Amino acid sequence: MSSKDLQTKQTPKRQFAIFTTDHRVLGRRYLLLSLLAVAIGTVMSLVMRLHLVWPDRVLPLFGPIKPEDYLALVTLHGTLMLFFVLTLAPQAGFGSLILPAQIGSRRMAFPLLNACGFWVMALALAVLLASTFVQGGAAISGWTAYPPLSAVAAAGPGQALGMDLWLSSIGLFAIASILSSINVLSTVIAYRCEGMTWGRLPLTVWGWFTAALLSTIAFSVLLAALTLLFLDRHAHTSFFLPAGDLVSGTLHTGGNGSPLLWLHLFWFFGHPEVYIAILPGVGLTSMLLANFSRRRVFAYRAMIATTLLIGLLGILVWGHHMFVAGLNPFAGTAFSISTMAIAIPVAAKVFSWLATIWRSRPTYATPMLFALGFVSLFITGGLTGPILAQPILDQYLHNTYFVVAHFHLIMAMAGIFGLFAATYYWFPHICGRMMNETLGRWHFWLSFTGAYATFLPMHLAGLGGNPRHYAQLVGLPNAAQTLLSNIFSIQRFVSYAALCLASAQLLFLINLFVSLRRGRPAVSNPWSSTTMEWSPLLSPKDSANRAANRTTGDLLVSNQKIVVYRGPCEYLTSADGEAYKAQWQEEPKAE
Amino acid sequence: MILLFAETFLFPGWKLPVDASAHGQALDRHLLLNLWIAVTLLCLAHLILFAGLLLRKYSEAPRRKRSIFLVEYLPLFALTMLFGFLALRAERLWAATRYVGANPAALQVEVTGMQFAWYFRYPGEDAVFGHTRPELIEAGAGNPLGLDPADPYGADDFVSSELVLPAGREVDIRLHAQDVIHGFSVPSMRLKQNAVPGQNLHIHFTPTLSGTYAILCTQLCGAGHYRMSAKLHVVSPDEYTTWLKAKQGGTRQGVLP
Repeated sequence: MSSKDLQTKQTPKRQFAIFTTDHRVLGRRYLLLSLLAVAIGTVMSLVMRLHLVWPDRVLPLFGPIKPEDYLALVTLHGTLMLFFVLTLAPQAGFGSLILPAQIGSRRMAFPLLNACGFWVMALALAVLLASTFVQGGAAISGWTAYPPLSAVAAAGPGQALGMDLWLSSIGLFAIASILSSINVLSTVIAYRCEGMTWGRLPLTVWGWFTAALLSTIAFSVLLAALTLLFLDRHAHTSFFLPAGDLVSGTLHTGGNGSPLLWLHLFWFFGHPEVYIAILPGVGLTSMLLANFSRRRVFAYRAMIATTLLIGLLGILVWGHHMFVAGLNPFAGTAFSISTMAIAIPVAAKVFSWLATIWRSRPTYATPMLFALGFVSLFITGGLTGPILAQPILDQYLHNTYFVVAHFHLIMAMAGIFGLFAATYYWFPHICGRMMNETLGRWHFWLSFTGAYATFLPMHLAGLGGNPRHYAQLVGLPNAAQTLLSNIFSIQRFVSYAALCLASAQLLFLINLFVSLRRGRPAVSNPWSSTTMEWSPLLSPKDSANRAANRTTGDLLVSNQKIVVYRGPCEYLTSADGEAYKAQWQEEPKAE
Repeated sequence: MILLFAETFLFPGWKLPVDASAHGQALDRHLLLNLWIAVTLLCLAHLILFAGLLLRKYSEAPRRKRSIFLVEYLPLFALTMLFGFLALRAERLWAATRYVGANPAALQVEVTGMQFAWYFRYPGEDAVFGHTRPELIEAGAGNPLGLDPADPYGADDFVSSELVLPAGREVDIRLHAQDVIHGFSVPSMRLKQNAVPGQNLHIHFTPTLSGTYAILCTQLCGAGHYRMSAKLHVVSPDEYTTWLKAKQGGTRQGVLP
């Protein structure tokens, strides 16, 4: 409060300027963008689920769903959720909002880059949504966009202008992600406050840092691949098109490319992408379990090492998406081994979580519930990973609902539970108010049971042989229909469960918007946390902190220096109760 | 446990499809072993999780510091051994079916995927496939694969819209796609391989049980992806010979059901 004069020098309105570079405002905007994307993506998934089990029912506002409409929904749902929710919200959203404070910085390294990133991402979302309104509709080739289906406009409805817009949207998103990760990397490297050594960084920061490293590598490759595909479509190149390829009566003459090249480039991006989506959540879960158990994270250094190791192995396993795609079978063996190897650092994390909460009698605040839910879903979804990593089993399970169930549990559900935990936990930091705990608990239990009810039976559908991407499960040619008829009752159950799961999210929306205005005012550091974002010096209410975001000056703009004295998660238990030592608390001179 | 519960109470109709191939039995055993291990580990992890949450509080005094060796390295070592064992077992099965090609005496069939149908070409008595040229493809004129009439090897080739195979004989599939990537999948044969344009991929298997099975497309290939399926008839060797005779006596390049 000593820097009140600073505040008056600045016009307070500027914080709300449209082209702000304030990382907090940008972080909130990123999150709003994600909220919009997740709402649209969820509605789309429900339309798909309803269509699968009641194919004749015409939904209001949607009209009859043709097979190409179903595939457009699949493509948009996947693209929205993976890029605009699971990549954008943890990395750019909470990364901008929380990361600088967690490393004791009042600013990010490149505020302008961050602002550019936001506008490019907003444009990318607009372009993606616009693709549904063009001639032919949105692209139908899934988020993986395998050529030649994605390379030839005649290959299907939506593959003309819709596909071009999809490519542009993802291209823009890749650029924005690279900008945003450069900002995150530079901030972590250059703007850690005094005393914030690498070993004292919260595991959340390690998650963001590793994800940003992966982003710069993966999205650069994706951008190159998208450019090549765009050239194949419009400049008559043949990177992904083999000679003599005949699609809908159009013969490809010219160079002799290979569709497999796209698969390599795409999955070289695509697999690290799922780690980009989950690593910040993994880091946050570790911190929350420790915080609400009042325990240190068990084997903190091993947790840092495993985060980096998962990142490293994550770029060496892309071939496990291609066991039956036409790779040399020896390559299948190699990728199988590297994929199995990932189970080891991942399991180490799970052991560390279990050890952290072991006999700690934690407090079950909503963020903790979601962190525990994350652990449970991460275990359940993770255990089917080694099954799919075995090429001989993938030969049966590939592209069935077993795979859909696997990645929805580990990436989508665990990822979204991480985001919920982050929202409930940091809401008081962001908005100065608490979210409602009762609604939060209901939201957790309904989401948790809903997630399991939806995605566990889905494994059975996959084991029964049900392939994914099928626009309908009835009215198929007879041998296929015989195979799928046994599975239909499972699919119907999954649709009911998905409806419940989605409805439960209304509780979250209500809680979010009501708490924004009417939530109980938060005390400073309401969860008794030890990490720097709860330091009074870094509170969003601190005027020096606000001023620093508006000026281009460095940290010195504040007259109070931020110093870190210890690593996170120092909780003390003694006979007369519990205490904690936050990272910003100065050590008393005489112990 | 959960699987068992689901199977018994919720979805009584659920089971793996009929297994009708020679390599399928071992694959199924390995799959079920994997599933049971996954379910066991799942229950075990949750048991530890819940026990850890419910048990009486334990104070973390420095002298009682838990050993990282016992809590992390030892279970990790056990898990590594377990996954190593599974990987090794899986690799042996994978190597047995994929590392070596088919027996030279195996039955040759070419499978072509196109939007949205499968075609099966048999090489005829000379056991050699004739050349195809994409410019000659004209489904309306009865030449969906573009067989070249100038190639004498192609004279006895015939194309079928159903795959008919004799039980007990190894078949060497030459897999090819005409337009986009398709996924050649026969769940009952525990078989799946993408058909990639510009590539001829080989897979081989031995059907053992007579019957009619579904051939599906498992790689998103366009609006009609869901209905891109065909029938596999596994018949006795005698029935196969009869079918072959009927086919070879029929019109060349014709597509007969």
